[in-house]
Amino acid sequence: MRSGVIAKKVGMTRVFTDAGEHVPVTVLKLDNCQVVAHRTLEKNGYTALQVGVGTAKVKNVSKAERGRFAAAKVEPKKKLAEFRVSPEHVIPVGAEITADHFVVGQFVDVTGVTTGKGFAGGMKRWNFGGLRASHGVSISHRSIGSTGGRQDPGKTFKNKKMPGHLGTERVTTQNLRVIQTDAERGLILVQGAVPGVAGGWIMVRDAVKRALPKEAPIPGAFRERGNGEAAAATEGEERA
Amino acid sequence: MNIIEEINKEQIAKLTASKEIPDFGPGDTVQVNVRVKEGERSRVQAYEGVCIARNGGGINESFTVRKISYGEGVERVFPLYSPLVESIKVVRRGKVRRAKLYYLRDRRGKSARITERSERRTESDGE
Repeated sequence: MRSGVIAKKVGMTRVFTDAGEHVPVTVLKLDNCQVVAHRTLEKNGYTALQVGVGTAKVKNVSKAERGRFAAAKVEPKKKLAEFRVSPEHVIPVGAEITADHFVVGQFVDVTGVTTGKGFAGGMKRWNFGGLRASHGVSISHRSIGSTGGRQDPGKTFKNKKMPGHLGTERVTTQNLRVIQTDAERGLILVQGAVPGVAGGWIMVRDAVKRALPKEAPIPGAFRERGNGEAAAATEGEERA
Repeated sequence: MNIIEEINKEQIAKLTASKEIPDFGPGDTVQVNVRVKEGERSRVQAYEGVCIARNGGGINESFTVRKISYGEGVERVFPLYSPLVESIKVVRRGKVRRAKLYYLRDRRGKSARITERSERRTESDGE
């Protein structure tokens, strides 16, 4: 299991292929995505990488957090997340994961927090049909209708779909194809829509339901600390 | 937004490297050479008609071409930067006062004509 990355959703656009098809893509940007810490089997009971992205102002980082970043010798990060990895796929602390971590054509799962919709009615939240436009219906055209039986159950069942808060929940979209990567600018172009608002943080992982292509760099494509040149562990054959 | 614009600009540069898109607008009669794939081989098919609208901007720009084919009105929408559009040729410049010529859909024959624009007007007209 390889590590994933945290990216920033930039927005959407379209890409024309050579065959003449157009592909809607979401642009994701890797903004200095570095490994901040390791979780090890001996110490934590599982193996994972803590990855951070962005740059936080030092004054907004707590002293405890600052200590953690100092121990890893990385700049304070805006967003941190852990990615479970298998022990042989560990990337050293301080390494910056680059966009060519993902191979063009491979599938990824992306996780984000969806756009908040506030308090939404049954039609928007659960795709209810609403009531009729005419035939005596007044005022309640978008209401949810009945919520249960009569005297017999005597109650509304739990989990009845009703109006309430919609959005701002963590959602994973599976099997999105990587259309293009740009290691210099740190861009990943993924086919289709990605949950969340532009500017939101997105977790990108290898798809769990698709095989990883053979040419994918293992344990990953990254720049090690110190030497500016990319030092991908396995110099990928696909690198342009 | 800046990154998106950058990507779009690169795309447009790449797509227009091998072809030139002429300056045309609604009212102009254009010939669009479209690449058609038939089984294995692909060939170029010409589609000629009046451009009745241009929509969108940047890489998302498209235009609508209307023609009468065997007595039936046909409209096709082409993405301006589609690789399937081999080339675009302006056959005739039309003098119109609208950006969208949807009124042509309700007209037939004589009333659906568009007067030609003289070249002198083109100079002052063109942006």
